Amino acid sequence: MEIILNSGSTFVILAAVVGFFMAWGIGANDVANAMGTSVGSKALTIKQAIIIAMVFEFAGAYLAGGEVTSTIRKGIIDASYFIDTPELLVYGMISALFAAATWLLIASALGWPVSTTHSIVGAIVGFAAVGVSAEAVEWGKVVGIVGSWIITPLISGIIAFIIFNSAQKLIFDTDKPLQQAKRWVPAYMFLAGFVLSLVTIKKGLKHIGLENVNLGFVNFEIKGAGGFYLAIIVAAIVAAIGKFFVSRLKFDETLAKEAHYANVEKVFAILMIVTACAMAFAHGSNDVANAIGPLAAVVSIVDNDGQIAAKSAIAWWILPLGGFGIVAGLALFGHKVIATIGQGITHLTPSRGFAAELAAASTVVIASGAGLPISTTQTLVGAVLGVGMARGIAAINLGVVRNIVVSWVITLPVGAGLSIIFFWIMQATFG
Amino acid sequence: MGYYPRRIAMTRVRLTGNIIMARNTILGVFAKSPIKPLEKHIQIVVKCSKQLIPFFEACTAQDWSEAAKIRRKLSKLEQDADTLKRQLRLELPGGLFMPVDRADLLELLTQQDKIANKAKDIAGRVLGRKLEIPTSLQAEFSTYLERCIDATEKAAEAINELDDLLETGFRGREVALVEKMISQLDAIEDDTDGLQITLRKNLLAIEKDLNPIDVMFLYQIIDWVGDLADLAERVGARLEILLARK
Repeated sequence: MEIILNSGSTFVILAAVVGFFMAWGIGANDVANAMGTSVGSKALTIKQAIIIAMVFEFAGAYLAGGEVTSTIRKGIIDASYFIDTPELLVYGMISALFAAATWLLIASALGWPVSTTHSIVGAIVGFAAVGVSAEAVEWGKVVGIVGSWIITPLISGIIAFIIFNSAQKLIFDTDKPLQQAKRWVPAYMFLAGFVLSLVTIKKGLKHIGLENVNLGFVNFEIKGAGGFYLAIIVAAIVAAIGKFFVSRLKFDETLAKEAHYANVEKVFAILMIVTACAMAFAHGSNDVANAIGPLAAVVSIVDNDGQIAAKSAIAWWILPLGGFGIVAGLALFGHKVIATIGQGITHLTPSRGFAAELAAASTVVIASGAGLPISTTQTLVGAVLGVGMARGIAAINLGVVRNIVVSWVITLPVGAGLSIIFFWIMQATFG
Repeated sequence: MGYYPRRIAMTRVRLTGNIIMARNTILGVFAKSPIKPLEKHIQIVVKCSKQLIPFFEACTAQDWSEAAKIRRKLSKLEQDADTLKRQLRLELPGGLFMPVDRADLLELLTQQDKIANKAKDIAGRVLGRKLEIPTSLQAEFSTYLERCIDATEKAAEAINELDDLLETGFRGREVALVEKMISQLDAIEDDTDGLQITLRKNLLAIEKDLNPIDVMFLYQIIDWVGDLADLAERVGARLEILLARK
């Protein structure tokens, strides 16, 4: 208890530095997965991808990252267990951050697919269960989170399958695919805009202290039906902007029938810009918590002088800190990482990429709204497999899919082990 | 021939390099599409078999040095097709999840490649024996040859729809379109059968005036040219099987 009163600010600074580093790592590394499909299918240039990622990762982290941050902060561990020893929780959360950041660093250097979500959850469970006591863990919630890791790729796969098949029915398997594409693509944009803004408005805005959105002439109460209407308006604006850009497209009318799909893909490339924004937003909203959730826990304990407050808001500066961390990582290293993707020849057309991205972004952002920390990469892989099941992708490397799944299994014990070691070190250092 | 294995080994290294590079990103999930290389392969095969037309023209004109030149070109194209075939096989390991069956795809590739092999055999045999088509059969023979080449072109046309088939998830209108092409291919093959029967009959009528060994080989060449259309039809059949599965 005393140690918190005496060195509270040291802990906050330590947690903030590691948390920022972690966010930076997420920006530098993990973002490649969020933006990869868009760059790979040539819907975006690397520069455009970086700009979109910067804006929408930050927006997602800041506007919609609160719910998952709360879960990481206080949903995995039974806080009542630490009432008499809040310093253990502080050590543990800092250790968890160190553990996840270290693992992210090692895995990135070795080129292993790594999930920051799994490492941070493994790390928090690890220090609490082994370092403190198995009873300090809210096992019910942990089972729920781990279950969501299996279910979310599945759901996202099913959604991708449905979206892809709907595009086939509405657009590709028709007499005039190009006209149909021009008609329906804005509808998909509307869908993307609606899901994202609804989750953000309903679940995210309260964490930044917004309870109603006043547009001057009309006031939306986000808790009631107002939030719903606001989401529709945002979605309509997205669709209108999209429609404008689609109408400005120049098509090569001289192309014979067989090249018609090339024109159709141009329309989908515009849609993919929208889904890329959605993906970046969704990624920011879910993954920022991995970096700042533990930080939020530390700050909350220190700010309350060692009291573990049952109900307290996330300090105002934490979400933007995570957002800036991600943007900083992107700015410094994102270019290099995404360029690697750009070089690889991908055989992915925008009409497939959009289905995968829209499904994954929707799933991730809904999980964010529900406060579930999930893996963006695995959700996206689930979506890709969904499109594959609909016979939409020429060849999927199951070996790589297996690697990603294995990484998810390995990361848990590794994150836990590292966190336990760091926890013991901190205990020995600060007593 | 000696440099082929090395070239393939290099390709393999490059591929592995790509996989390592892309391993920690989502894009590693997308393997190289076999569809474009498959289309490229049949284009080379058709180009190769088409060399037979100027080749037989040169033979008819008894311009054997020109014929030898064309045969070299044909043989080079056949080798290109072979290289592409091997490369495609290497890039298509098990453990890929594809909209079509891997075994069907490889079988299709094998069938495609056989057309080029047959064309090379024909040119080789004719040039080796300096075999002349009897004057009275020449016009008929070139019609027959062109019709057989038509069949290979039709097969290529159908194969070239594969990328559009992928766009449409291997169903719907695009499948109907390809099926139509395959039935056109069958019709062309039927046509060549008819032409072959007439050609054999007319050869039978004059065979007693010709060198018996030449006649034997003439029958063989007629057979082999007919094989081009047969093989093309089989490519169509394999494509149909490919589409029918799943």
